[in-house]
Amino acid sequence: MTVGRRLWLIILIKLFVFFILLRLFFFPDFLKSRFDTDKERGEYVLEQLTQ
Amino acid sequence: MIDSIDLSLVNWSRGQFALTAYYHWLFVPLTLGLSLILAFMETMYVRTGDEKWKNITKFWMTLFGINFAIGVATGIIMEFEFGTNWSNYSWFVGDIFGAPLAIEGIMAFFLESTFLAVMFFGWNKISRKWHLASTWLVAIGANLSALWILVANAWMQHPVGMHFNPETARNEMLNFWEVLFSPVAVMKWLHTTASGFVLAAVFVTGISAWFLLKKRENLLARRSIMVAATFGILSSLFLIWSGDQSTRQIVHVQPMKFAAIEGLYHGQEGAGLVAIGVMSQTADDPENENIKDFAVRVEIPNFLSYMAYGKFDAFVPGVIDLINGNPERNIISSAEKMEKGKYAREILKEMKDARAADDFVTYEARKAMLMDPEFQENYFRYFGYGFIDDPGRLIPNVPISFYSFHIMVGLGFWFLAFFILALLMAWRDTLARRRGFLRLAIWTIPLAYLASMAGWTVAEMGRQPWVIQDLLPTFAAVSQIDAGMVQVTFWLFAVIFTTLAIAEVRIMTRQIKLGPKEGRK
Repeated sequence: MTVGRRLWLIILIKLFVFFILLRLFFFPDFLKSRFDTDKERGEYVLEQLTQ
Repeated sequence: MIDSIDLSLVNWSRGQFALTAYYHWLFVPLTLGLSLILAFMETMYVRTGDEKWKNITKFWMTLFGINFAIGVATGIIMEFEFGTNWSNYSWFVGDIFGAPLAIEGIMAFFLESTFLAVMFFGWNKISRKWHLASTWLVAIGANLSALWILVANAWMQHPVGMHFNPETARNEMLNFWEVLFSPVAVMKWLHTTASGFVLAAVFVTGISAWFLLKKRENLLARRSIMVAATFGILSSLFLIWSGDQSTRQIVHVQPMKFAAIEGLYHGQEGAGLVAIGVMSQTADDPENENIKDFAVRVEIPNFLSYMAYGKFDAFVPGVIDLINGNPERNIISSAEKMEKGKYAREILKEMKDARAADDFVTYEARKAMLMDPEFQENYFRYFGYGFIDDPGRLIPNVPISFYSFHIMVGLGFWFLAFFILALLMAWRDTLARRRGFLRLAIWTIPLAYLASMAGWTVAEMGRQPWVIQDLLPTFAAVSQIDAGMVQVTFWLFAVIFTTLAIAEVRIMTRQIKLGPKEGRK
């Protein structure tokens, strides 16, 4: 395999691991996944900052 | 608040971020510097028409491509972590962090990726001059991309150009240009990119030295060393200047970090600069691992005062002055800052409670108070201190800050001497005989990475406990998630990034051993 093909393969595997596996299964957006609106998110963080 | 914080969660989250940032940074500086070296080499080809310059450019371009391909998108992991592990922080910084990162994404995508494709695949398809323009645009694009990331980082070190909106619990950008042209941001960009230039120059010199040791690719090695050493000397001088300027800024915007990196506990007039020091447990606070004093030190008298304020007899505050305060020098104590911070948090809490209780009179009164510029200047600027219960928590790890800073600075001066020696030997055509120096040149490559990592350690460890200077401590920035999950992803990243680093070294080493395409049998 040429170096170019090997690098393309690494890029594709990496993008799959980062954006499909990691992003979907391990890194959900904490606030977006728990609250529907920015108002709720703001209230939650405000609670966190003042408790 | 500290009682309700899971310190294991904070530490694993910090560890994970540090791990991903360090691994990401393995790839970035070489991209920044090597792209410019390629542009210089190709300029020589276009100006002289000498095909050998083209072959040299293409060889280094292959190594650049390997580094770029393996490193690309490793930084995106940090953005994932912001949303998952650091949600309080991500929300609190608002659009100030989002705007530069979005510009970086657009710039990196359009400028870098477009011209990168032309640079790699456009040989013999477009004119020489257009190809050269593409190579220069890749170099400019890469370094401009770094600007936006560093602007975001600089804002965390020295927040400017914004105000806090208590209603949304977010900081809002008031002045984009103030954020972009903050002196801390400008100097951080200049210093960080210069460190990338130096690293790349060391890389090119070291690999070329290997060819000379193996008695191969003599012309490529000599020409590459001439270009890299010249570029390295200029970059090193610029690096030293920008480092000095950055340190002078730190004195004013992050005095605790400055005291930590210099290992200065007790402020003094005519403070000496510790050039070399070995730390041991201090008698002041033997239980505190963050604080250590010097067992051995070599000091340049009065030089720290000069470096910080341009006067040999100027007073430089130490860690103890910044904690206990020093009324004679107009330094307020951390206890006073903590009081002001707690008051700001209390007003914010009253506003929040009033809103929940539909008490609009109190709500509007507290909100107006929080939005008042005078309140922001006198109280809210110390908001983060309101989370701190023990002033000892305001001291970063002094030994790590001190050693990282001194390793970085010491190696910075070595790189300058190294480039001067390499250029002199290349000029006199004696390099091939200096086998000891050639071996040293190869070993200087990992030292360049060490210096670069040490620089980030100074920047990030030295500013603890803050994730945003004076406004938000690191422990208050984390999301309330399961620490076990963070541990799992920490080890997952450790495996993924170590695999990528091994792939980089193996593919790069193989390609170097093969040498330039044109010279292969």
